[in-house]
Amino acid sequence: MNVPDREARVIPITDAPSYDEPAPDPLAEALAFVRRRITGDYEVDEFGYDPELTDKVMLELLRPLYHHWFRVETVELKNVPHDSGALVVANHSGTLPLDALMLQVALHDEADRPLRLLGADLVYQLPVLGHLARKTGHTLACPEDADRLLRKGELVGVFPEGFKGVGKPFSERYKLQRFGRGGFVASAIRAGVPIVPTAIVGAEEIYPKIGDLASLARLLGLPYLPITPFFPLLGPLGLVPLPSKWMIEFGEPVHTDAYDPSDADDPMLVFELTDHVRELVQQMLNELRLRRGHAFPPFL
Amino acid sequence: MTHTVLVTGVSRPIGARVASVLAADPGISRVIGVDTVPPPSLTREGGVSLGRTEFVRVDLRSPDIARVIADADIDTVVHMSLVSAPSRNAGRALMKEHNVIGAMQLLGACQRSATVRRVVVRSTTAVYGSSPKDPAVFTEDLEPHDGPVHGYAKDAAEVEAYVRGFARRRPDVTVTLLRFANFMGPGVDSPLTRYFTQPVVPTVFGFDPRLQFVHEDDAVEVLRRTATEDHPGTFNVAGAGVLLLSQCVRRAGRMPLPLPSPAFRMLGNTVRRMGLVDYSPEQLRLMSYGRAVDAGRLEAELGWRPKFTTGAAFDDYLRSRELRPFGGVPR
Repeated sequence: MNVPDREARVIPITDAPSYDEPAPDPLAEALAFVRRRITGDYEVDEFGYDPELTDKVMLELLRPLYHHWFRVETVELKNVPHDSGALVVANHSGTLPLDALMLQVALHDEADRPLRLLGADLVYQLPVLGHLARKTGHTLACPEDADRLLRKGELVGVFPEGFKGVGKPFSERYKLQRFGRGGFVASAIRAGVPIVPTAIVGAEEIYPKIGDLASLARLLGLPYLPITPFFPLLGPLGLVPLPSKWMIEFGEPVHTDAYDPSDADDPMLVFELTDHVRELVQQMLNELRLRRGHAFPPFL
Repeated sequence: MTHTVLVTGVSRPIGARVASVLAADPGISRVIGVDTVPPPSLTREGGVSLGRTEFVRVDLRSPDIARVIADADIDTVVHMSLVSAPSRNAGRALMKEHNVIGAMQLLGACQRSATVRRVVVRSTTAVYGSSPKDPAVFTEDLEPHDGPVHGYAKDAAEVEAYVRGFARRRPDVTVTLLRFANFMGPGVDSPLTRYFTQPVVPTVFGFDPRLQFVHEDDAVEVLRRTATEDHPGTFNVAGAGVLLLSQCVRRAGRMPLPLPSPAFRMLGNTVRRMGLVDYSPEQLRLMSYGRAVDAGRLEAELGWRPKFTTGAAFDDYLRSRELRPFGGVPR
């Protein structure tokens, strides 16, 4: 019998058409995760962003709130660039900035993009909160950090209303406050990245602020100390957000690459563009609010 | 062209290594090393061989340094002598005098000299301070919100001001100012390297600062390059990337002890009084808010980047001290 004088060719089993990657063992994965955390074997970027901790722990804690409590629905997610730098500009509301966290879950899970928010320096002075903010990818609202993130092609988020927006009374819900000094527009022009106007509907109703303990807030160094129908009346129970229905819409991007980076120093242009973005967000808010209907469906 | 190089601070490990590397360079005819104390002996105290470096014992605060510069026709000065921690018996006043007056004397002598062509000064990224109100990553041009007001960092900031003044008055001299992140590696003995060898490391509760290191080999290489080529300007020197303090502690297999910041400050003051570690209010700020710098300008200027990232430098240090994470293998 004539045996061909060559070695049998080994065909790896993974080449078989019916072969599926074996499902990773969830227990082994969890153990590997714990091992990496205990031995410090993970990477953080220069801002302190820890992608693994954010995805596996921080966002995991927020996901039930996102899916089941607020039933967040995203609209026009295609307006968020897939892999290039962009500036997401959204309205801010809700007394406590839960809208920032929900926006982060939406973009992380549905658009596969980590959101790098620019926050007030108050956040970074506080223990625990400051370093959690850094670990989940956020940094201080200053031109240097914004420019740096945008140059790296990151998706940067800002709430130009700041404390004026998040701490406004319930009676002024869905009315955009002043948009800061337009620093975010200057950063977008310098980096030549699009601005994505974003409307968040639903956060206004989670803690309806009907009063303010202003003098106590000043004593504690806080921008405001809210009175809601349930806080401080019910104590810690009053901190449970009301389960309003949320929608987040991403608008058509406003392109800035037609401008020269030096145009960022032209205050008139920056003001006009800031106003334009503000009007876009206000319009989107009005339409999205109608589209959502009742804040607490199906009754209220 | 013959070169004569003056290196200050050669009795300390990095200064000694810079002197020996320059002494090994055939393009340099003489290397003169100065320090206030004689270098540690090779055999007993683990000193670094200085090669053909000629050692001169000079107190930088005295005008003797001017005579050394004038007599030897020095053309390159590498100023490494920046003391980061007050010594146990001398204290802070002497440290400040050494750092600031020493730099003034040296720069004054350079200004008089007709032969000096190049001055390289070691500084530190601590001049940026640490603040929750500052950008996450410092570039060389950034003015910090809260500049340093204490200790070593303040000395360095003052030395930098004198260096800038000197550069203005002698535009014909190439002045390089190097802001180093914390040195890290097998041969480094600093408050930070001693901190990670303790079984229990106190941290500030609720804060996890970003830290950056530069490996001693890279530091020596940067100093060698700037001492032998013209690279005028101010440069940050740091390994790529950052490590969080919690990550360092875990990689070293130490037990963190989170203390509220007033307690951390009290503990710091107590151990300083006992002479165990250098502790200043700057440390509390660094341990709370951390600091990271952008070393891009140096990379662009030298066309070279540090071989060790911040993580690799720390791992190399851990290997040399045989530190390992809990249940882990040495990295």
